[in-house]
Amino acid sequence: MTEPLQFWMVALLFLPLIGAIAAFVLPRHAPIVGMGVALGVTGAAVGLCWQVQSVGTGTVALGGWGAPLGINLHVDGLSAAMLAMTAGVGAVVSMGAVNTFGGRVARSAETARPRQYFWPLWLLLLTGLNGVYLGTDIFNLYVMIEVIALAAVGLTVLSGSLAALRAGLDYMFASILGALLLLMGVGFVYLQLGRLDFGGLAGADPSGALVAALALMFVGLALKTALFPLHFWLPAAHANATAPASALLSALVVKAALYIIVRLLQHMPAPGEALVVLMGLMGTGAILWGSVQALRADRLKLLVAWSTVTQIGLIFVALAQAGVAGLAHSWKAAAVLILAHGVAKGAMFLAAGRIRAEVGHDRIRDLDRSPVRPALAQLAFAFAAVSLIGLPPSLGFIGKWMVMEGALAAGNWHWVVITMTGTLFSLAYFSRVFAGFLRFDRVEADVPGGVVEQRGRAPMDYAPLALAALGVALGLVAAPILEFLEIGRAGGWP
Amino acid sequence: MIPLPEAGGFLPLAILLTSLLVSPVLFALPEHNARLRTALNLGAATLKLALVAWLSWRVSRGAVYDIGFTVLPGLNFKLQADPLAVLFVGLSAVLWLITTVYSVGYLERGPHRARFFGFFSLCVAATVGIAMAGNLFTFLIFYELLTLATYPLVIHNGTAQALRAGRIYLVYTLSGGLLLLLGTLGLWMLAGNTDFAPGGILDAVIADSPRMAQALFVVLIAALGVKAALVPLHAWLPIAMVAPAPVSALLHAVAVVKAGAFGIMRVVYELFGIEATHALGLAEPLAAAAAITILYGSLRALTQDDIKRRLAFSTVSQVSYITLGVALASPIAATGALAHLIHQGLMKITMFMVAGNLAEGLGVKKVSQMNGVGRAMPFTMAAFSLAALGMIGLPPLAGFISKWFLAQGGLDAGQDWVIALLLGSSLLNAIYFLPMLYRAWFLEADRPAESPPPGTPGRPRIGWMLALPPIATAAMVVFAGAFANAPFSPLDWTRFVVAIEYQE
Amino acid sequence: MTPALIYGLTGIVVFGIGLFGALCVRDRLRRLLALNLCGMGAAFVLVAGAWRMPPDSADPVPHALVITGIVVLVSATAVALALIRRLHTLESAPEEIPEDTPE
Repeated sequence: MTEPLQFWMVALLFLPLIGAIAAFVLPRHAPIVGMGVALGVTGAAVGLCWQVQSVGTGTVALGGWGAPLGINLHVDGLSAAMLAMTAGVGAVVSMGAVNTFGGRVARSAETARPRQYFWPLWLLLLTGLNGVYLGTDIFNLYVMIEVIALAAVGLTVLSGSLAALRAGLDYMFASILGALLLLMGVGFVYLQLGRLDFGGLAGADPSGALVAALALMFVGLALKTALFPLHFWLPAAHANATAPASALLSALVVKAALYIIVRLLQHMPAPGEALVVLMGLMGTGAILWGSVQALRADRLKLLVAWSTVTQIGLIFVALAQAGVAGLAHSWKAAAVLILAHGVAKGAMFLAAGRIRAEVGHDRIRDLDRSPVRPALAQLAFAFAAVSLIGLPPSLGFIGKWMVMEGALAAGNWHWVVITMTGTLFSLAYFSRVFAGFLRFDRVEADVPGGVVEQRGRAPMDYAPLALAALGVALGLVAAPILEFLEIGRAGGWP
Repeated sequence: MIPLPEAGGFLPLAILLTSLLVSPVLFALPEHNARLRTALNLGAATLKLALVAWLSWRVSRGAVYDIGFTVLPGLNFKLQADPLAVLFVGLSAVLWLITTVYSVGYLERGPHRARFFGFFSLCVAATVGIAMAGNLFTFLIFYELLTLATYPLVIHNGTAQALRAGRIYLVYTLSGGLLLLLGTLGLWMLAGNTDFAPGGILDAVIADSPRMAQALFVVLIAALGVKAALVPLHAWLPIAMVAPAPVSALLHAVAVVKAGAFGIMRVVYELFGIEATHALGLAEPLAAAAAITILYGSLRALTQDDIKRRLAFSTVSQVSYITLGVALASPIAATGALAHLIHQGLMKITMFMVAGNLAEGLGVKKVSQMNGVGRAMPFTMAAFSLAALGMIGLPPLAGFISKWFLAQGGLDAGQDWVIALLLGSSLLNAIYFLPMLYRAWFLEADRPAESPPPGTPGRPRIGWMLALPPIATAAMVVFAGAFANAPFSPLDWTRFVVAIEYQE
Repeated sequence: MTPALIYGLTGIVVFGIGLFGALCVRDRLRRLLALNLCGMGAAFVLVAGAWRMPPDSADPVPHALVITGIVVLVSATAVALALIRRLHTLESAPEEIPEDTPE
């Protein structure tokens, strides 16, 4: 009996869609609708995971048409894990957003527009994300990723500031270009094979034309996931959006394109060694260049945004760690890193937003001079950093461990070196922030007469804190997570 | 999955949690709530001491504690309380209590106490975890946690100098941590597990590919040598002494350098096995590195005027006694090494606490300012003198016992040069410690101390919380030496451990 | 040379011109137009690929892809145009407080 499973799948797709429409039509009740839907989706994701764990994979043919023509939804361990991560991070971000964009009326004219549009955009984004993770054919994925892109650009420019608008426009351009490349790729795949579903892709003959089509798709997706050197749009967009939006963009949006790449690698007929090496090289570039930029960043959110670039690079290194032959295992390392980054980065951007809100600015150099001490937000930031750096026992550590283990087993020492270099770099740039958190004594020196320290805590600090702590604690249950990821994957790899 | 132990099996976990769980509470306590914080600190430390006492009783009766769960397929998080672990846990439990009392006194009304004690507890939790780690993977987790927990303590004062020290500390220890990660990975790839077991787990690998085993050994020792301050990886230690006195005391006596030395023990005894280490030709280089470190640290200590820097270089030298004893293939030397793990901790913590008291009470921070301080602070300086004489190796103090066994072990292993090394080092110890004692006791204070704390003419005022801890540890130095053969003395326990490691 | 091939090659050339514009032009509006040109090129290629020698009728699926692509492109263009207009307003009148001006 897989009926509950199918029910949850359909709910995950339509609940946020209906919610988005409702939030748009009823702006006064948007926060309640948004929060309710976010929690509902989390419940559905938990239900789905439970079903997947106990029953296994499931498929729904929407409207009763099967492949290759109709829209099929399919769930296995990996997609269920992605759905759960999305829902969980989304729920926590929503809690943070209720504070920023909540209430019956806007507190000032300044927050009126963001408040009105945040919820519909976010729920639309959620629809797109869930659609990507449930989709089974590349054309549906293309449509969903465009839904995501439009909602994401909207979220980027929500604050209405000049910098955000500029960043949002660059993001939009990058996104359009990526979409066109992706569309061409999808079209070529169809012209070659006459099918668009993953199942058809898997058995295909790897002709030169098909490889070219897949290469087009890869470039388009790399642009959307901001893989070096196609990352140029990301730092400004993520750094200038409002905090909840940044959290969604960084934790969730880039993951959709990444997920499709993982799926393509999984179903692609004989992915070439060259492609895998190329991914590793681009990932290496991302790690090095992103780290250097993070070291130079003067603002906290910019630093966090550059750290996203490096982490995405690391995920590609994870995919490339053991060459084509190792893909059957290395995708798991990549999946663990994707989950770890989603959880940690969501918490980190929320915490960075809270720090900025309490301190009044986010210049790293001056963080220690503030008399306000947002201790809980800083703690959340630190926990998130532990997972991103990959210190034990966090989930990020498990991911890095798997990368290095796989690379060692395959004799690829260079990927071990790259991973370690990235770890050292991330320590270096995050410790810049930590020093700012710890060093408060300069306050007295700067302000005559001394200042009474303010605490700068609020109940909503607990949301990112819990999320960040979860990112650290999940590392302890990595074994069940790995088992879960493999559901439906037995023998699925070439 | 390791089967769950019986009710008593949770004892190691409980000991870990006494400090691990109290840490977030301490962070959350408001800054001004000093009384509750002190109560919590002392309560947790006392509780832990009691639990450790119980644990060591049970372990001495042959109980085996083993608790853990699977993190990745085949890779377990595992705590175990073998006698070697109990030795180190006991040291950390005793010294935690004492240092906590001292820190409460030292930081009275100082800034950021909530943060300080939070990280302090975390640091102790990490040390306990290192001690009870049942495999290298678990060891690695706590080794990294220790780095993270001590960094905020090192830079606690927030001065530019402290921050520089913190940066250097981080660079060294985290690089060491990465190396250890690499070593753990390598071990796992080669041996298929990372468990600590007496006699070692690498026999098959050593038989198959001795080259790989040698490389692995070098990586692991280098990784641990950073924290154990083996020359040339020692540079962070003298710089990190800008930390507040209780932190230096803890760093030098229990937490960081000992974690490194303890790790070297685990690697040599329980991953490679002492015989395999010799068969691979790795013991001699390790002993040589230790010998060089011993001499180098002592030589550098000679010229330091800053008290804490002199003590820091002395630590560099003294901790390598442990490594030396591990590297000599003799159960007698091993006894000396293990005993020195405890003895050096007791002596060095005394000296650092005294150094803190001198700075607090008299503003004395340099050796050249020490003239006549014995008269101003007689009890404190008496404690210092005992510890210093112990370091030099005067019988019947604790340091004598460890040096005696090391020397015996050197003879036993047929390495006669060890005697010369120990004599030379003791001579150097005497050269840099005795002038301090001479100045303190026999010279007149040539001028009033430069900056006495406000409102303290005449006798310095330091609270009992500062004065008592060094006296207590100095008393332990005497007892550990004079009653070395009593049951449950460090030496007695050490013999118990060595019997297991040498599988006699 | 079949008509389909001619159309296809033309599409690729158009796509290339658009791509060049998207990457090298600084002006925002021109860049957006260049991207639209890219889109047209892509549509050309796909439609040409769907062409079948009569009497076979053309494959409908690429047409569906193209139509969807056009819908997506039009909405993205609309969003981008709105952003460009807003940026233009803000940049030409910097003394105005941005958040208070309703669209």
